[in-house]
Amino acid sequence: MAILEVKNVAKRFGGLQALSDVNLSVKENSVHAIIGPNGAGKSTLLNCLVGKLIPDTGSVMFDGQSVLGRAPFEINQMGISRVFQTPEIFGELSVMENMMIPIFAKRDGAFRMHAYETVANEKSVVEAAENMLEEMNMADKRHMNAASMSRGDKRRLEIGMCLSQEPRLLLLDEPTAGMARADTNNTIDLLKQISDERDITIAIIEHDMHVVFSLANRITVLAQGTPLVEDDPQNIRGNPKVREAYLGESA
Amino acid sequence: MDSILLQILNGLDKGSAYALIALGLTLIFGTLGVVNFAHGALFMIGAFCAVSLQRLLNLSFETIDETQKDFLGNPLKVKTPYVEAWFGPDVGAWIIDWAVPLALLIAIPIMLAVGYIMERGLIKHFYKRPHADQILVTFGLAIVLQEIVKYFFGANPIQTPPPDALNGVANIGAALGMDIVYPVWRIVYFCFATLIIGGIFAFLQFTTFGMVVRAGMADRETVGLLGINIDRRFTIMFGIAAAVAGLAGVMYGPINPPNYHMGMDFLVLSFVVVVVGGMGSLPGAVLAGFLLGILESFASTTWATTTIPGINQIIIYLVAIIVLLTRPRGLMGRKGVMED
Amino acid sequence: MFGLDKKDTSLLIVVALLTLLAPFILNPFPTDSGLAQFNAGYPDLMQRFIIFGIFAVGFNILFGLTGYLSFGHAAFLGVGSYSAVWMFKLLSYNILPAIALAVVVAGLFSLLIGYVSLRRSGIYFSILTLAFAQMSFALAYSVLSNPKFNLTNGETGLQVYNDDPQILQGANAPDLPHLFGLSMRSTYTMEVGPWAFDFNAGYYVCAVIMMIAFYLAIRIFRSPFGMMLRAVKSNQQRMNYTGLNTRPYTLAAFVISGMYAGLAGGLMAAMDPLAGAERMQWTASGEVVLMTILGGTGTLIGPVLGAGFIKYFENIFSKINDSVLHGWFAFLPDGLEDAVVTIIHPFVGKGWHLTLGILFMLVVIFLPGGLVEGGQRLAKWIRNRGKTEDKTSGKTEPAE
Repeated sequence: MAILEVKNVAKRFGGLQALSDVNLSVKENSVHAIIGPNGAGKSTLLNCLVGKLIPDTGSVMFDGQSVLGRAPFEINQMGISRVFQTPEIFGELSVMENMMIPIFAKRDGAFRMHAYETVANEKSVVEAAENMLEEMNMADKRHMNAASMSRGDKRRLEIGMCLSQEPRLLLLDEPTAGMARADTNNTIDLLKQISDERDITIAIIEHDMHVVFSLANRITVLAQGTPLVEDDPQNIRGNPKVREAYLGESA
Repeated sequence: MDSILLQILNGLDKGSAYALIALGLTLIFGTLGVVNFAHGALFMIGAFCAVSLQRLLNLSFETIDETQKDFLGNPLKVKTPYVEAWFGPDVGAWIIDWAVPLALLIAIPIMLAVGYIMERGLIKHFYKRPHADQILVTFGLAIVLQEIVKYFFGANPIQTPPPDALNGVANIGAALGMDIVYPVWRIVYFCFATLIIGGIFAFLQFTTFGMVVRAGMADRETVGLLGINIDRRFTIMFGIAAAVAGLAGVMYGPINPPNYHMGMDFLVLSFVVVVVGGMGSLPGAVLAGFLLGILESFASTTWATTTIPGINQIIIYLVAIIVLLTRPRGLMGRKGVMED
Repeated sequence: MFGLDKKDTSLLIVVALLTLLAPFILNPFPTDSGLAQFNAGYPDLMQRFIIFGIFAVGFNILFGLTGYLSFGHAAFLGVGSYSAVWMFKLLSYNILPAIALAVVVAGLFSLLIGYVSLRRSGIYFSILTLAFAQMSFALAYSVLSNPKFNLTNGETGLQVYNDDPQILQGANAPDLPHLFGLSMRSTYTMEVGPWAFDFNAGYYVCAVIMMIAFYLAIRIFRSPFGMMLRAVKSNQQRMNYTGLNTRPYTLAAFVISGMYAGLAGGLMAAMDPLAGAERMQWTASGEVVLMTILGGTGTLIGPVLGAGFIKYFENIFSKINDSVLHGWFAFLPDGLEDAVVTIIHPFVGKGWHLTLGILFMLVVIFLPGGLVEGGQRLAKWIRNRGKTEDKTSGKTEPAE
């Protein structure tokens, strides 16, 4: 069953047709990669999914509901979490606080005026945050300032924050961009473990073929703003059209 | 018809001052990305350049004039300004009379130097700091500058008259068969402002230097990557912006006697002008400056103030709020400039 | 205690002790000594410490937590003062309804301004609040003061006149602000040898209210709500993509801090039943920014310290004139004495604002964390110095 259904989406910036006639369907509990050369419209597509951009035409349905016209926070509350290319975390806050905020958001919704309670007394949230830190192997860093961690740790924290909300769909935007090989492999392992152990759908935008073929069980190739093929990884590897779109550009 | 024209004219001189200050603010903001709360102080320093020159020129020595006696029969003491002694009474008196326009000459190097020192000495260190810090430190600087001026010149406004030739009023509507009597100096001020604004735009449009600066305003990083030393040019732009504010101040003296807090009074309104015009848009700043000046002048008419008392004092803010609510980027703001 | 952890409880107790014992602490010098001019223990000044402390604590809830720099908070203080004086005029001189109305009206007013201003962030927000405050000032100064509709009494300032209704004013109630008959001006002076300590009813009313306000501020800082506000400051993008709507959070913070400002304004009127437009001018807004930054943005105690510091030195510095300076430097040779006095002269007396401006710049440049950070650095430095000494002694010992 498809959890995310993109139909006939087009988006234009001035003279540039960034997306045209994009159709995409992401199956529940799959790891779906969206790849394509630079300027293929991957980021634009992602931004259309999370409410940052509104497509000119077409529809985006998540679990049977349209996401179009909703603010990013509303879309998140529907069950879509997003991991950014450069980790977006609360740098000035402690790791523990970083982990608690999404849990509060999940429990209390987009806004709650809980000004007279005390964070330390919110036992259930504290416990959930601690469990997630444990799972991310970051329990020892809980009192650290999030900004002072290494890039790999920030990425881990961001993924943990997203997971703590128990989203139905996790969107990752080039999660290993600019990472050292070791960090990249750690991230791949982490994502693999997540998709194996959890009831979650992952959609990943990625440039690095190593990452894509280690993780994805479904791949859409985007070129010049429109999907070229959608297929299983083994078929994508040998597809001449993909080679042309990719190698023709990068060679 | 005549009165409408008169109100428009009335708005032009204040509008000119708003436009000149807002232009400088926008230049600094667009090039250096710094919100300069001390920009009004530069306007004020310019005005006090004129005051200083006037005082300097009036420095006198005393002589005893044996030919004149006071009522007790003692010889009368006569003060003679040094300039009159040096250049002869006629030329000397002319120099003193033209103190305000002459102050432009000394204000240019002074303002460039002040701007340069301000940028290199203080603001440079705040490029990487948050906007709030920039606001705060320039706010502190504005207080310091204004208190220094207050210490030397006192708290009261100081009269700086225009040259006799440009004093008084003229019927500028005569040629059109209308009766519009208007102070000459204000017309001078408007022409002067137009000249400066035109000069700045021409400089940015037609020189290589200006081209690089405009490119830098649009996309600083890329221009930096081209191996162009953008920072040095931006420093010079800061100096120019300071000079523009200063010159605007020099010439404003005869319209409103300078006092130490005039900079802050104009700054708040100029910020509003910048926001209405659109952050980072030079034409927007000029347009909004004149528009708001004229609007303010219409709101100051007896008809307006009797209908809504005090409307002249809040009209600009009201307009700013309406503009920001309906067109958040201002009249001519570009997308992406200070969006967050 | 009170739902606070140990550290916060001790902070609250320290603040409570300091405020309650302020009449002693601030009057350390005997009245007839030359140093008596450094005493700050008289009611009027102590009230100002407290009132501006409340103002700054409230401002800090907005600026310190969310990072939104408002340049128009004095407007809420002014609105609070006006509401309180109207309460005196219409009801009675009892301060309770006056202060309550001040808080409510300032809250509503800040809801209105915040709703508009918070559509933009960063520098836009600062300029918008500045514009609103200047507009309020103009409204209070002239627009809302005309024969047809006189809400603010313009230049003269709003005050209570004999022909005002004061429908609830009892026959025997004091003809000045009071709390159920206890006049705010009543002062008990305790004389101990050469010392004199003033215990003023108004001051203690302010002090109690400040302790409540300070306690509530601690609760907000430690609450999930406070954590969300800090998250707004840190990364709004992440907030949005974590399913949190930042606008109501910032608006709530804005209104809360506006209510604190209204409370301060109401207290100001309660101590002296007068409200003027100059209280709303943007320089007054700038002052609370200075207090907060100087004390330490985002810290609990910082704004209180900053308010006290600025109000204390404003008072002391304004009193120092040339003859005082000559008195201090009399030990120097004549020429040198004059030179030193000439150098210091611009910074004292009427030059206090110059000193304040320089001090403020220095703090922003070198000590962005304000006095609190300064104190922490000092403590760390002393501790480290102690440690290095230990180390060196530890090293030398075995050698001996």
